[in-house]
Amino acid sequence: MPVSEDEVKKLKVKAKEIRKDIIDTTLAAGGAHIGGALSMVEIMTILYHKYLNIRPDQPDWKDRDRVVVSKGHAGVGIAPVLAGKGYFKKDALSTFNQFQSKFGMHLDSLKVDGVDVSTGSLGHGLSMAVGLALGASLQKKPWKTYCILGDGECNEGSVWEAAMSASHYKITNLITFVDRNRLMIDGATEEIMGIEPFADKWRAFGFAVREIDGHDFTQLSRAIDKALETTGAPWVIICNTVKGKGVSFMENEVKWHYGSMNSTLADQAKADVDNAI
Amino acid sequence: MAKEITGTTWTVYDSDTLTQAEIYGRVLCDLGDRYPEIVGLSADLANSTKIGNFGKKFPDRFFNVGIAEQNLFGIAAGLAKSGMLPFVSTMAAFATMRAGEQVRTDICYQNLDVKIIATHGGVSFGPAGSTHHCTEDIAITRAFPNMTVIVPADGVETANAVKACIDRGGPVYIRIGRGFEPPYYRDENYGFEIGKAVEIAPGTDLTIIACGITVREAAEAARILKETDGLSVRVLNMHTIKPLDEAAVLKAVEETRRIITFEDHNVLGGLGSAVADVIAASGKGCAFEKVGIPDCFAIVGYPEDLYSYYSLDANAITDKVREVMGRDFEEDEDWEDEV
Repeated sequence: MPVSEDEVKKLKVKAKEIRKDIIDTTLAAGGAHIGGALSMVEIMTILYHKYLNIRPDQPDWKDRDRVVVSKGHAGVGIAPVLAGKGYFKKDALSTFNQFQSKFGMHLDSLKVDGVDVSTGSLGHGLSMAVGLALGASLQKKPWKTYCILGDGECNEGSVWEAAMSASHYKITNLITFVDRNRLMIDGATEEIMGIEPFADKWRAFGFAVREIDGHDFTQLSRAIDKALETTGAPWVIICNTVKGKGVSFMENEVKWHYGSMNSTLADQAKADVDNAI
Repeated sequence: MAKEITGTTWTVYDSDTLTQAEIYGRVLCDLGDRYPEIVGLSADLANSTKIGNFGKKFPDRFFNVGIAEQNLFGIAAGLAKSGMLPFVSTMAAFATMRAGEQVRTDICYQNLDVKIIATHGGVSFGPAGSTHHCTEDIAITRAFPNMTVIVPADGVETANAVKACIDRGGPVYIRIGRGFEPPYYRDENYGFEIGKAVEIAPGTDLTIIACGITVREAAEAARILKETDGLSVRVLNMHTIKPLDEAAVLKAVEETRRIITFEDHNVLGGLGSAVADVIAASGKGCAFEKVGIPDCFAIVGYPEDLYSYYSLDANAITDKVREVMGRDFEEDEDWEDEV
């Protein structure tokens, strides 16, 4: 079901709330991968607040949909979403990165409720997502697997090993997103190690591809609906996004791949989020 | 006399003609009937590793991912997360080094029930050269938290280990050879238990602690030494490297005061190092020697020639025992002055 105007309005409110939680968590953590967390907020918001079949009060419910955030460094963009769904209390986020906290910058699936798979080392997530999807098929379960890749991550050869296998096994109970924010730690993806023509690469690997504005809920919803109803090939949704989205001084700035803030800067960042349309 | 095992697709009689991998393949087929959650995976080595037998019997539960070991172990992790029980087979070198990070981070870090049966361990694929030898895998896998590491002595013990690993939660690494390794056991009912050494020869003068292909050689050496030198050599089949049977090592320290470890692996980081840790921590004096591949990339040759070249056969270990027995070594009962 495509999103209605009313739903979009609500999702936008939710996205703002998540962005502010990400900022607060980054402040508490003393630093976090905030740029890539902010770029995937709309993807996370629409998954967790429209599509996912999950039971936050039963995190290990067997028939839940699975989410593999392969760009695991964006943990600061995941934990606040899970807190917002009630997997744990929001104030737990204030321990992020602290001594003996269950929240490190890369989230541990054995410690954090709602995290289906531990990620952090890039290029691992899509293979695990393929395994989950195959497992669901073998057990004739209807649950879906959603995987979010970073664009810089697609330099890793293992991503393409996984892509080859998703196509070979005709996996259609898995939807892959790429957060195409065009920046990696050392600079622009196309300057460090170009991945274009990116959509063509996925097509050549047998994927159905849709390229969208990854901050537009209507486009996200249409793409996900299409992917859910199509059964011929695995789907990748290339989400063109802005790193640091929503905070003016972070947008498209490489230095905000990982950054720290003091409370003044955090307040300024949250004011930016509030003032955005 | 060996007893025929009923209800399985192999018998101990087969162990004379079947390789470790062939027995593994058959055992896994049996287990596949009993455990519908078992899935098999390989990376274009279904035939070499014999997991292909499982694939032929259960084509819907078998995934040959092509030559892509990182993806192999990543998919296995995902399958385990979904509730399946993956058995993964490829060569030891690729399982522990090409895909080492996937094994560590995807499987061990998440403490997943993935069983890795790695073939071509040590120098068992001798003619292939160092690209296909693997004399590092015990060192690597025993440093992965949550991992259980087993090196079966032969095909019969491989069968025992593969059956036992199902009830052991978490990741298990079972290292076997390329094939054609002669069997040691004639019967599978000798009390195999993960984490418990098997004393295959009693002795009071010296203990040889062996795993894998060296078990049979050590047993032969003990027999020769008893006949020709009147020496009483204890032989421990230390099939499980992790968790190590520390009690068996300490007992050997106390009772024989001389220990030689014996393995087809680099002398750095393998069984010898695991045993050395226990001896050192005990604070008790003990003549000690590690026999294995001497921290080098091994030469090319047929396995039996390489075992001989690297002192991994009965003759070489017999000489080594004589050498260690000849050492001037204070052997009083007073441990205090040595701590």
